This record gives sequence, C-alpha cells and structure tokens, in this order.
Amino acid sequence: MSRSGAIRAACVALLLALVLRPHWFAPVFAPFAPAGGPVIYERASILSLSLSHLGLVALASGLATLVAVGLAILVTRPAGAAFLPLSRTITNIGQTFPPVAVLALAVPALGFGAGPTLVALFLYGLLPIFETAIAGLSTLPPATMEAARGIGLTRWQRLIRVELPLALPVILTGIRLSVVIAIGTATVGSTVAARTLGEVIIAGLLTSNTAFVLQGGVIVGLFAVLVYDALSLLETALTRRLGRQPAGADT
Amino acid sequence: MAGLSPPGVLFAVLGLAAIFAPFMTLAANRIVAGEGRALWTLAAPQITGPGIALMLLGLALGLPAARPFLRIAGAALGLAGLVWLLVLGAASLLAEAGDYARVSPAAGFWCLLVVFALMMADALSALSPGPAARAGLLVLVLALIGALLWSGALSDLSIAQEFASRKDAFYSASLRHLGLAFGSLLAAAVIGLPLGVMSHRNAGLRRALLPVLSFLQTIPSLAMFGIMIPVLSWLSGVIPGARAIGIAGIGFAPAFLALTLYSLLPVVANVLAGLRTAPAATLEAARGMGMTWRQRLTRVELPLGLPVVLAGLRIVLVQNIGLAVIAGLIGGGGYGTFVFQGLNQTAGDLILLGALPTVALALISAIAMDILVEVTTPRTEREE
Repeated sequence: MSRSGAIRAACVALLLALVLRPHWFAPVFAPFAPAGGPVIYERASILSLSLSHLGLVALASGLATLVAVGLAILVTRPAGAAFLPLSRTITNIGQTFPPVAVLALAVPALGFGAGPTLVALFLYGLLPIFETAIAGLSTLPPATMEAARGIGLTRWQRLIRVELPLALPVILTGIRLSVVIAIGTATVGSTVAARTLGEVIIAGLLTSNTAFVLQGGVIVGLFAVLVYDALSLLETALTRRLGRQPAGADT
Repeated sequence: MAGLSPPGVLFAVLGLAAIFAPFMTLAANRIVAGEGRALWTLAAPQITGPGIALMLLGLALGLPAARPFLRIAGAALGLAGLVWLLVLGAASLLAEAGDYARVSPAAGFWCLLVVFALMMADALSALSPGPAARAGLLVLVLALIGALLWSGALSDLSIAQEFASRKDAFYSASLRHLGLAFGSLLAAAVIGLPLGVMSHRNAGLRRALLPVLSFLQTIPSLAMFGIMIPVLSWLSGVIPGARAIGIAGIGFAPAFLALTLYSLLPVVANVLAGLRTAPAATLEAARGMGMTWRQRLTRVELPLGLPVVLAGLRIVLVQNIGLAVIAGLIGGGGYGTFVFQGLNQTAGDLILLGALPTVALALISAIAMDILVEVTTPRTEREE
C-alpha cells in the first residue's frame, strides 16, 4: 500500500512539474528535438492547455454521464422499457462511429474549435456508462428492493435513496472507462483547433519535432493514469462503504 | 396510447420536425457556403409530393407497436422517399443554377436518414433475427446502396463530384485504409493470440506483460503515431535492407506499427478472458479424460472462449478503422488524407468523402463481427 502510495505521489509530482515548470525538462527532451530546434513547446502555456483539455473532457463526460444514466433509468422503469433496444442501438453506434470522423463531420455544422470535440467525446463516451448503469440498476439485491417497498418508499424515493446509491460504484466503473478514453481522444480535437494538449503533439508532428510529441504524450498519459487511479480509489471507497461486492474484473 | 410503439411516436415527432429543416444546400461553387432549401422548394410539387407522401406514410406505419413487419416496411418506404427526393431534388436544383453550382444533402436529409435508420433497427430488434437473417439483411442493404451508387443517380451531388475528380486517389486511399486497419488487426492477432495463451498458462508472464500493454494504451493515439516516426527512421538507418522492404520513418510503416501496438491489449486481454470462460467442471472432465494441456486448449478452452476472443478482435477492428484516419496526418495515406485536406481547405464535401467511407466501414465491420461472435457462441449460452 505504501509502495503504491509512493508511486502515486511521484506521478503527481512529475505531472505537476511537467505542467507548471516545463523548462525543467529541457535536458530530458533535448535529445529528441531537431538540431537547433525548440525543445519545449512555448506557443501556449502548458497549464492553460491542460486546464482547457481537462475542462473539455469533464464537460463531455459530465454530459455523457447525465444522458447515459438518464437513459438507463428510463429503460429500467416499466414505462420506458420499450426504449431499451433503441437506447442500446444509439449508444452502440456512438462508439462505433470513429471519433475522428465525428469530429470532421461536425466541423461544417459547428465550426472549428471546442464544439466538434465535445460532440465526438460525448458520443464516444455514452456506451460504457450506459451499459454499466443498466447493469448496476438491474442487479440490485431483491431483498433490499423488497424492504424499500415494504417501508413505504415511493418509486421516486426508491430511485434516489436506494437504487442510485447502490448502483453508484458500478456506474463509476463505466464513468472511469469513459473519462480515461476521453482524455486520450481529446488530443485529436486539436486537429480542428480545439485547445487541448494535442496542440503540442500536433506541433511536433508538423515540424518533425519528437520532443514536442513526447512532451504532450507524457503529460496526457500521466493525466489518464492518475485520473483512472483516482476514480478507482473512489470506487473502492464507495463499494466498501455500501458493503457491496466489488464490481469484478469483467467490466 | 395503447397499441402505439413509444419509440414509433418519438420517430414520428422527430421525423415531422426534420421535414421542416433545410433538406439540401445549394452553393454557387465548391468553397462558398450554400443556402439551405426546404423540401417543398426543391422542385415542382409533382416531384416533391410523392417523396414527402412516402415519408409521411413511413412515419405513420412506424406507430403500431404490435406489428414489427409493418414498422420495417414503414422505414423502408421512408428511406425510399428520402432517396427519391435526394436524386430528383438535386437534379432540379442544379437545372436552375449556374455551371459551378454544387448541391449537397443538408441537416433535414441527415436527420430523416437517422430517424428511418433507427426506426428500422428498432423494429428489427423486436424480431430479434438470427445471425443468418442479419447477415442476409446486411448483404441486401449493401447491395442496394451499391446499386444506388453504381447507377449514377447520385452523381449530381457535390460529394460525387469530389469523388469523380479524385477517383484514383480514392481507390488507393481505400486500399491503404483497409490495409492499415485489417493488416494491423492481423498482426495484432498473430502476436496477441500466442501471447495471450502463454500468459494464460504462466502467471509470471501475465503479471509482466499486462502492465506493459496497458501502458501502451495510455499513450494518446496522436502521440503514438508521432513516436513511431523517429523509432522507425532510426530502425531503417540501423538495419540494412529495412528501407528496401518499406520500413521508413514516414508513410505506411509508422501508422501500421502504431495501430498494431495499440491493438495488443484488447487482443491479449480478451484471449485471457476467453480462456477463463471454460467452467472448472468442464476442465476437470477434460483432464479426467486424459487430455493433454494442448488438447484441452484446442478442444475445450479455445472453442469455448472463441466468442470472447472475437469480441476483442471486433473492438480492435472498429478502433483501428477510426484511428487509421490519423495516419493521414503523418503521410500514411488512407481516408484521413481527404479528411485533413478537407479541413485545411474548409471543403465540407472533401471531408465527407473521407469521413463517410470511414464511418460506413466501421459500422459494417461492427455488424459483421457481431454476427460472427454470435455464430461462435455455444447455443446454451445464447438462450440465457
């Protein structure tokens, strides 16, 4: 435990240094830069790119969570069960459409910038959250549900006080998956002028400067790993508090 | 409300709303922004009337809940009306416009297309067709689309004109895209299957391998493509003869390698998960029959785990078809070439020429692989 704690702290420190003090890493990346070329990306501050990157991911994943969990609640009620196949189809198609293609197709409608990236990340992130939310909401312990009905809770109260809290750890697994994919995929948004860390990587691709590619790639990778880790910790804590079985490795 | 299909009501409302959205765009030339034209302004009423009537009839047929076949027929009628309006509307719009004018489908068309396609999918899922029926349907739909494209009925559309002026480039981009997506799938399968089988038997290897593969996945796709360029140009300098077989820092090789590395985790992880699906009792029985581990692997574990392995390959294939677009950014060819050219020139039709085939390819592959997964699933599991 203490060892993984130490690794975690080291990763956080490394990421903070990369974001706040990129110049410290000039000697590390220098061997990968073209002779005489710039080593550290300077056209924009890494901090502002990181914030904008994470903001885009948070917004897209937040919207995807709202819609996916909302749909899952709808289709697990008797009144909305007819929408289950349709919801499945839509969330599946969302993940089958390649994000880069969605991005490009959204440009004529939404213009360059953050809009197309939001759409692409949103669509791509729906499926894991929807599927885990359905799994979470449809595998609640029958005894608990019976008890909730028995003490006279209305449907709405059962949903808010019993079903959603119990399903939360499972839903979080889907959110985690979706967010981590979004962190990596958001880099592609910079091909249509969204402000993300992908800007650094693309600058590297266009000028054959591997130092930029590595700088951007390492920061995005660290963000993905740490967010994954943080959400896993949250999930474990919630699961333990609720006394539910761990979600298992099959998700 | 009884007897009405709730999704059918939703489709009818959305479909009616979409009929009022601009159906096509007419632009003076390839680059300028066009003006949207509503359905009934495309052509004379005797042309638009039947099309609109077909679509309204289609939306109405989608309403009864108990009749999935009626809903399928409704979706088919709606799609027919849509194509009718697209083909005849384009011809009539062009006839009244200048020489360089371009017509393309607009928001209304795309929304109606989505509504009728979802209506079809929804009605089909109520029938839950078996794999053979789904495969037949997929072939039928592809044949219809192919016939429509082949007939030249759509050649008035702007995207068809982009295609006509780039026929050769399009075919070579298609070959390259398919080569990247399927080639890297094949490479990942050839490397990943034995790796998965070995790490199933060897816990030490598994503990060492999985973190490495997970690490590869955390590298953002853009950076992965970028990192492969110097790695390969270094390799091509160091290994004699490497350049002769096409290993170079730019073009096909770095994109191919990036996609392959990206695919290893889903393949290995699903092989591991698949091999674990064999019930302990079954394995015990196999052992009791005196099977060697190789026999257990090929006769019990692999056949039982095949659907899970194929599901991994499906993930990889769909993912690689999409990621191969990024190859266009590093000179690796494929449909990405058109996408990024189009983005640079803000030429929407060129973007479509790259993006639509990519989306179609991903959808077809996903459906085909799903059918394959189902065919290989043992019957008892399918009925659960």
